[in-house]
Amino acid sequence: MARVPVTFTVNGDEQAEFIAPGALLADVLRDKLGLTATKIGCAQGTCGACTVLVDGELKLSCLIPAERVEGASIETLEGLAKNGAPLHPVQAAFAENFAAQCGFCTSGMILAAKTLLDRNQEPDRAAVVDAISGNICRCTGYEPIIAAILAAAAEMRGRKSA
Amino acid sequence: MPLQVVRVESVRHAVAILAAEGGARFLGGGTLVMRDVNAGDTTIDTLVLPDGLGLDRIAIDGAQATIGASVSMADIPRHPALAFLKPVAGAIGGPAIRSMATVGGNLFAPYPHGDFAVALLALGAAATIEDLDGTRTVDLEDFFKNRATRGIVRDVRFVLPPGGAFRFVKIVRRKPHGASVLSIAALLPVVAGKMSGARIAYGAMAATPMRARSVEAAIEGQPLDKTTIAAAARVAADGCAPLTDPQASDWYRLNVLPVHLARLLAKQP
Amino acid sequence: MEHVKQFFASERPEGLKAVGVSEPRSDIHGHVSGQTRYYADRTFPGMLYLMMVRSPHHHARILSVDTSQAEKVPGVVRILTHKDVPKNVYTILCLIQVEPDDEPCLAADKVRYKGEQVVAVIADSVAAAREAVARVKVAYEELPAVFDVEEALKPGAPLVNEFHGQNWFVYEGHHCRRVRHGDIDKGFAEADFVIEERYQSSPIEHAPVETTGCIVVPEANGRYTCHSNTQALFFTLDNSALILNQPFQKLRLVGGTVGGGFGGKVDVIVEPIAFLAAMLTGRPVKYAFSREEEMQVSSPRAAERIYVKDGVMRNGRIVARQVRLYVDAGAYSRHSPYGTTKAAAHMPGPYTIPNVHVDCHCVYTNRTPSSAMRGFGVTIGDFALEVQMDKLARLVGIDPIEFRIRNAYRDGDMKAHGETTKGAALIETIQAASTLAGWPLSDEARRASSTAGVVR
Repeated sequence: MARVPVTFTVNGDEQAEFIAPGALLADVLRDKLGLTATKIGCAQGTCGACTVLVDGELKLSCLIPAERVEGASIETLEGLAKNGAPLHPVQAAFAENFAAQCGFCTSGMILAAKTLLDRNQEPDRAAVVDAISGNICRCTGYEPIIAAILAAAAEMRGRKSA
Repeated sequence: MPLQVVRVESVRHAVAILAAEGGARFLGGGTLVMRDVNAGDTTIDTLVLPDGLGLDRIAIDGAQATIGASVSMADIPRHPALAFLKPVAGAIGGPAIRSMATVGGNLFAPYPHGDFAVALLALGAAATIEDLDGTRTVDLEDFFKNRATRGIVRDVRFVLPPGGAFRFVKIVRRKPHGASVLSIAALLPVVAGKMSGARIAYGAMAATPMRARSVEAAIEGQPLDKTTIAAAARVAADGCAPLTDPQASDWYRLNVLPVHLARLLAKQP
Repeated sequence: MEHVKQFFASERPEGLKAVGVSEPRSDIHGHVSGQTRYYADRTFPGMLYLMMVRSPHHHARILSVDTSQAEKVPGVVRILTHKDVPKNVYTILCLIQVEPDDEPCLAADKVRYKGEQVVAVIADSVAAAREAVARVKVAYEELPAVFDVEEALKPGAPLVNEFHGQNWFVYEGHHCRRVRHGDIDKGFAEADFVIEERYQSSPIEHAPVETTGCIVVPEANGRYTCHSNTQALFFTLDNSALILNQPFQKLRLVGGTVGGGFGGKVDVIVEPIAFLAAMLTGRPVKYAFSREEEMQVSSPRAAERIYVKDGVMRNGRIVARQVRLYVDAGAYSRHSPYGTTKAAAHMPGPYTIPNVHVDCHCVYTNRTPSSAMRGFGVTIGDFALEVQMDKLARLVGIDPIEFRIRNAYRDGDMKAHGETTKGAALIETIQAASTLAGWPLSDEARRASSTAGVVR
């Protein structure tokens, strides 16, 4: 079966791969590029575990053929604190607020939270709930995640004014 | 049989591929077609991408709005003239779904989905469809009678409603953005204190979005007061044939519909 | 979080450093940075994909299996049926002397629930495996099915599992787990009020975000490594070795990171057949449940039907409790014989009742086999008991919290199982919770204690 070439940027690095035609972006990120933080929970677009950013917008990588993002800029969880850089405030807030137990939803949750806070520095609870409304968590009951995101928002506002 | 992903130069080119290949599908955001692909639907062997065809534009010409089929739910509220549709677009899934789901795709969403299509039906929208014979305009009410129509939707067009005349409610069990138990879109223009040209559409109350003609007849020419609303509630379920699914039973949908309709009509703008 | 220290103060050791303190999880850094490795976060060259042909019927005889068309699909490497499995019939708890073996890895003559594994297709791509699965032809003769626990126990009910010979698990010659204490008929005769209520729960699916799965890799030294998200590594290792008729040291289980277990990943279901596939193909094999398989085929918490009949005095003391409990094990035992034992051990709840009669049945039906979930065997029982306690309290006109304190077990009380109560703290827990919740307690309730008072 003839492979097809695909080129895009992931977390700031240009990547070029030969992939099976029709391969999903989620599978290319995980199996070709070794970026396994992005998870596949349903392959239906329901659970949000496969959430990534494509050209700055949140998207579900299990519903995107990799060929569709030719030339695009992809961000995954690994890009938030690359190569041992200090954790992003959202990551640190999740760690401090027990916002992960099994950890499987965490990648999607953190990217959804970061995207919210990039656009809205003073979210209220409703805005946080809307931001994570496409991400299913079966472990935490969501409250620690909401608390972590609000804490991260406060921390990031504090840093700005410091 | 590997899945082919195809970029095209024009909508006409896409139409030709769809006509020639039984297994080809035109992609919107992928929220519907890719679900089927991932579930193992082997009838799909070619995905035609909509990117680069200019279908993602919003054009406002006076009171006439033209929304390209590839415009996403996230794009809609960003446009000032379409801010009134924020309650609709904002209720369709979480942020990632909203940045993927398209206006065109929503027209084909299976039960109980398709809430943006419900709003378009209430707004009296028509779809511009391009097929092998050319381009034609199809009123959405006719469109829903046979969605397996030939061709590709390029855009939807409607007249922008008067300020405050559009209302929408979506009832879900899983908050905040679960699938619909039901949705109601209402265009309620007021002339001299009375309803003039009211249009009401329901989601999840029939196999496709439907007009609530009995309700329209009950309120047309009347002030939207308690008596009129009560008359509307009495005929709310006329013509409805909801399904039973994991969100709700048909019985439940029929029984709560009049309550939600009455509340929507009674809402202060 | 408040660490309540005043209760049992004399029993507390000095210098406790970790109790009542928030410590970060050891894996939280991995989770938030994306470094935590789940079983599927690995690639192996030449890896094959295993997909399963499943029974569309609740109960049916298998008349024939034809894999000839499936074998022709390009990319198919091997197709496995029950004939390929060295020891096809097993039961997870054989490791603790629970018998009989009652579940096939791959169905042989019969299927007993919708979704049961019948034929395993191994191919070099998911698409090829899927296409081959669709081309396997299995001829079935449908049989009458039973879905209700009490219907399954009636004479003449369809026999679900021939390995048992009847639709209930036999506990040392008895048809159920039994607890007998005092004289139940005398207790009811003495009571001021007698009520019986029926409680019913549905099967509950764990729905973890990560589906069940494993990857088995043949190693250069002749061993096989299985990367699995099972919660039960040793159950899986030992049962797989028995099923495959292999020395235990030939198999290696790597796990410990589970994307949501909750008791739903304790069955030994994907690993044995994945091991076999790797052994017979000489290549890495991945067997992962799709989301639909996870929701429909993987084991749920058992549905239970519970009848609770209580005799209660006007002063609020329960003097007799009779419990008839039915666990819907589905088509196979799995962990249900143990869960049903736990249910019996949990009755009559943390209350001192002089006359107790408990029958807990582990019942086979043509439903998806059920298994463990948080509070295995006891959570549903507690639902029934505590709703019953509220009903009893309302019946005799006593505050539901006071009612519980009045009946709570205390150190020294004889329990229904013939053990003396030791280390009880129910009363103190209720008192602390009442304070936190602002629920007013009477002086009598405030003075109650697990360690002082009359032995009953």
